[in-house]
Amino acid sequence: MATQSSQATPPSPEAAGGRPEHDFDTSGPESFGLRVQHLLHGNPTLGPLAVLIVAILAFSLANQRFFSAPNLSLVLAQVTVIAVLALGQTLIILTAGIDLSVGAIAVFSSILMATFATKMGLPGILALLLGLTAGTAMGALNGFLVTRIKLPPFIVTLGTLSIFFSLNSVVSKSETIRGSDMPNLMTWTGTTIPIGGFRLTYGSIIMLLLFAAFYYALSSTAWGKHVYATGDDIESARLAGIRTNRVLFSVYTVAGLLYATGAWILIGRLASASPNVGVDYNLDSITAVVLGGTSLFGGRGGVLGTLIGALIVGVFRNGLQLAGVEVVWQGFAIGLLVLIAVSLDQWIRKVKT
Amino acid sequence: MQHPKRVIALGTVLGLALFSSACGGDSGTDSGSGSGDKPLVGLITKTDTNPFFVKMKEGAQQAADQAGVKLQSFAGKQDGDNEAQVQAIESLISAGAKGFLITPSDSKAIVPSIDKARQQGLLVIALDTPTDPANAVDATFATDNYQAGKLIGQWAKAKFDKDGKQAKIAMLDLNANQVSVDVQRDQGFLEGFGVDVKDKTKIGDEADPRITGHDVTDGAEDGGRTAMENLLQKDPAINLVYTINEPAAAGAYQALKAAGKEKAVTIVSVDGGCPGVDNVKAGVIGATSMQFPLKMASLGVEAISKFAKDGTKPQATAGKDFVDTGVQLITDQPQTGVDAKDSAWGKENCWG
Repeated sequence: MATQSSQATPPSPEAAGGRPEHDFDTSGPESFGLRVQHLLHGNPTLGPLAVLIVAILAFSLANQRFFSAPNLSLVLAQVTVIAVLALGQTLIILTAGIDLSVGAIAVFSSILMATFATKMGLPGILALLLGLTAGTAMGALNGFLVTRIKLPPFIVTLGTLSIFFSLNSVVSKSETIRGSDMPNLMTWTGTTIPIGGFRLTYGSIIMLLLFAAFYYALSSTAWGKHVYATGDDIESARLAGIRTNRVLFSVYTVAGLLYATGAWILIGRLASASPNVGVDYNLDSITAVVLGGTSLFGGRGGVLGTLIGALIVGVFRNGLQLAGVEVVWQGFAIGLLVLIAVSLDQWIRKVKT
Repeated sequence: MQHPKRVIALGTVLGLALFSSACGGDSGTDSGSGSGDKPLVGLITKTDTNPFFVKMKEGAQQAADQAGVKLQSFAGKQDGDNEAQVQAIESLISAGAKGFLITPSDSKAIVPSIDKARQQGLLVIALDTPTDPANAVDATFATDNYQAGKLIGQWAKAKFDKDGKQAKIAMLDLNANQVSVDVQRDQGFLEGFGVDVKDKTKIGDEADPRITGHDVTDGAEDGGRTAMENLLQKDPAINLVYTINEPAAAGAYQALKAAGKEKAVTIVSVDGGCPGVDNVKAGVIGATSMQFPLKMASLGVEAISKFAKDGTKPQATAGKDFVDTGVQLITDQPQTGVDAKDSAWGKENCWG
C-alpha cells in the first residue's frame, strides 16, 4: 500500500487539534525528530505556543516592566484588531485561499459606519449594522467571484483590494472622522473595564468571544469539518458530497463580517475613523495566521494558532521596545519568525500517516 | 472547449483591466478636448489619498486655471511607489508637457527619469521632498522640515524652562528607513530643544538621557497609539512627545488618555492640517509647525507657466538651495522668544 502524503489524506480528527492516530510500527524506537514531527503534526498550535512562552520569558528577563498586568493587558489591546482580521483570514486560508483585501474592507467599513453615524446622522446602532452589512457584502463579492466566476482568490482579492481602497478614498475624501462627533456606540469598543488586575477593552472581549465561537464552530460543527475538507482537497470533498461552493462562499462572507467587526473595534481604539490607517493590515493578518501554524496550502491549522500568532507579533513589538532594541530589528525578528514558521510547516507536512 | 463561461469571464475581466489601466493610469484632470494651445503641466504626487497631496492637487488646479495652463495629475498607489512616478514622467514627456511638479516617493531612484525629462527640455520642480542629489531638478519648492522641527523644539524648550520641568522625551517617528522628511523634523526638534544631535542625517544616534526612546508610527493614528503605549510602558515619566505628523499625534493622545496622562504630557507635531489645528485648539497638541502645500503647488505651477512663456527658470530662496515656502508655528500657549500664531489664525490658513 503506497504511503499517502498528508495533502491527499481525507479529513482526519487531527485537523481540528485532536490526538494523532498511533501507527503500531514496532520496527524500533522512533527518533526524537520523528516524534517531534508527529507531535507537531497532531497539535498545530504547539510550536507557536512554545515560541510565545519563550518570548514572554525572554522579554520578562530583559525588562521587569514586561510581565505585569498593565503591560500584558496593553499587548492584548494592541493585537485585538489584527487578531479579529486574522480570524477571518484564517477561515479563508484554511480553504487554501487568501484574502488580500482584508485591510481595504476593514478601513472602508470603518469609514462607512462613521459616515453613516455622522454625515448622514443615523443613530449609532443603525450605522453600526449598516457598516457590518457593508463589510459582509464586500466579503460576499469576493466569495461570488471565487465560486461563480471561478477566479483564483489571490487575483480576486487583489482586484477587490484596489476597488475598495479607491471607493474608500472617494467616500472619505481623505478626511478623518472624529470620535467625538460619533454616537457613543461607535467608540464603545475602546472602553476598558478592570478584570482582576487586568484592564480589558470591550473590543478585546469581543475578540476573545469571537475566537471561542469560531474554535467551537471549526472543531464541532459540520460546517467546520467541511471547511477543513474543502481546504485539504477540494475535489475529494466535492466527491464526498460536500457543497464546496457554498462552503467557500460562506467563508469569504463571514470573513467580511469579521473585518467589519474589526473596523468597529478600530474606531474604539483610535477614537476616530481614518482612511489612512491599516497600511499593513494585509501582511499583518497573514503573518498572524502563518505564525500560528495554519498551513497556507489549506486543511491544517486553526483559529487558536492565529490568536497565538497575533500575540507573538504584539509581544515582540512591545518586548523589543522595552528591551531597548532599535525599531528596525522588530521587522527583522518578525520576518525571521515567519520563515521559521513556514519551514516548520513544510517539515511537518512530510509526516507519513 | 471546457469551461466556456469561465474563459469568457476571465477574458472580460482581463479586458476591463487592460482598458482601465490604459485610461485610468492617471487621475487626469483634462478639461475638454485634445491638446489645444494651452501648455501642459504635470503634477506627480506620492499618493492621492494623503490629504496633504489632495490639497496640493487642488492648489495646483486653481493656479493652473488662473495661469491658463492645462494640469494633468498622477499619483502612486502608496508612499514609495517609484514605478508609478517613472511611468507618469514618461507619459508627460510623450504628451509634450512643458514641465511638471513632483513629490518624489524615492528621492534617488526617480533621478534618471527626471534627467531624461530635462534633456527633453521639460522644467522639473520638486515639491515638498527634495531629490537626491537636490540639484537633479530645476528647482525645489518645499518646507524647510528642519526648521519646522526646530520651531516646535524651541517652543517646547521655552515652555519646559518656564515651568521649571525636566523633560523626558518620547520620539514618535515615521518608519525605520531614515527618510529625509523624518530625519529633518526629528533632528530639527532635538536641536531646537537643545539636545546634541551628533549626526544631523541620522535618527537615533543621540546619547542625551532626556530621550527615553524612539518608535515608529507610519504617520497614522494606529501606529501613533501603539508607539506611544510601548514607550510609555518603557518609561511612565514621559512628559514631552515629538510626533512626525498630526495623525500620529492624535493616536499618541489616545494612548495618553487611556493612561490618564493626557493633561500631564505635552505633544508637539508638524503639518498644519485643519484637523491638526483643531487639535491645537482642543489642547491635544501643544504646538504644531504649519506647512503650506497649496502655496508649494501654486508657486510651482506659476513657475512652469512662466517657463513655458519665456523660458525663465525659478530662483532659489537666498542662502538655501530650494524655494522655502515657509513654516509657521501654531500654538495657543505662546512662549517668549518663539514667534507664533494662534489656532484661530491657523484655522484660516490650514489645509485639509
